[in-house]
Amino acid sequence: MKLIKFILVGFVFGIVLTKSEAVSWYRIYEMFQFQSFHMYGIIMVAIVTGVVGIQIIKKYQLKDSTGTPIHIADKEPSTIRYVVGGIIFGLGWALVGSCPGPIFILIGAGFSSVILVLLGAIAGTFLYGLLKNKLPH
Amino acid sequence: MELIYHTWSWYISGFIIGLVMLALIYFGKSFGMSSNLRTLCSMAGAGKRVSFFNWDWKSQRWNLAVVAGAILGGFVATHYLSETSNVSISTDTIGMLEMMHIDAPQGKLMPDALFSNQVFESPKGIFILLVGGLLIGFGSRYAGGCTSGHAISGLSNLQIPSLKAVIGFFIGGLIMVHFILPLIF
Repeated sequence: MKLIKFILVGFVFGIVLTKSEAVSWYRIYEMFQFQSFHMYGIIMVAIVTGVVGIQIIKKYQLKDSTGTPIHIADKEPSTIRYVVGGIIFGLGWALVGSCPGPIFILIGAGFSSVILVLLGAIAGTFLYGLLKNKLPH
Repeated sequence: MELIYHTWSWYISGFIIGLVMLALIYFGKSFGMSSNLRTLCSMAGAGKRVSFFNWDWKSQRWNLAVVAGAILGGFVATHYLSETSNVSISTDTIGMLEMMHIDAPQGKLMPDALFSNQVFESPKGIFILLVGGLLIGFGSRYAGGCTSGHAISGLSNLQIPSLKAVIGFFIGGLIMVHFILPLIF
C-alpha cells in the first residue's frame, strides 16, 4: 500500500512527459538543432520550480511525510566522471532520443522496439559496474 | 478537454515535472530514473559477480513503483489522451530529417526509420538501438545520474557537479546530432 503514492507520482510523470512530447525522438533532435524553444522551456521551468521548492524546504527546514527533517545530499565533487560520463550519456540520448525515464514510458506507450534500448541500457549499466574500479572518478 | 488532447505547453509541463521531483523529496526520496537500471541488474543477480550490484536494492522498491507508474502513464497518455495533430516540430527540422531519409512526425512520437517494428528485421536498426541504450546506461552510471538526477534534481539544488554533467550531456548530444547522425543515415 505504501507504494501506491509512488506509482501515482510515476503515473503523472509518464503522462506529462508523453503529453509534452519530451519522450519524442523528434523533440530531442529538434532541441540539439536549436530549432525550437519547447524542450529548453520545459527543462528551465522544471528547474526554476525545483529551485524555488528546495529553497522553501531549506529556509523553513521542512519535514518529509514521515516526519524526518528533509536533507538533500550534495553531489560528490569531481570533474572527469561528470564530463566524460555526461558526454557518453549525451551521445546515447541524442542517438535514440530517450533517457532512462522515457525508455520506460515509451515501452508503456507500446513502442516494442524501445525494449532493445532498455536491454542496451541494462548492459551498459552492467558494463559500468564491471569497469568501475578501473575508471577515473 | 481540448487542452488535454493537444501538446502540453512547456510551462505547464515543466512546472509539473518540478512538482514530481518535489513530491519525491517530500516522500523522503529523490528523483532519479537511471538508478533503476542498477536495481534491475541487481535483481537479475549481478551482485554475485560484481560488487557494485551487491547492495540493498530492495530499499529501491519505491523507485520501481515510480517506473511502474511511468509505464502506465505512457500507456494512458498515448491511448486515451492523444490525437493525430501532435508533435508539430519546426519545418526546418523536418527538412533536415528529410535529407537523412527520416520520416516526418505526422502525429507520431517516434520516427519509423528508427523505431517501427521492421527494425527487428534490420541488423543496423537493432545495432543502433542497442548501442544507444548502452551509451545511456554506461554514461548515466559513470556520471552518477541522468536527465532527472542531474539536470532536474541536481540543478534545482544548485549543484556544480550536476552542471558539469549537463554540459557533458549537451556536448555529447550536439556531437551526435551534428556529426554522427548524418554519417549513420
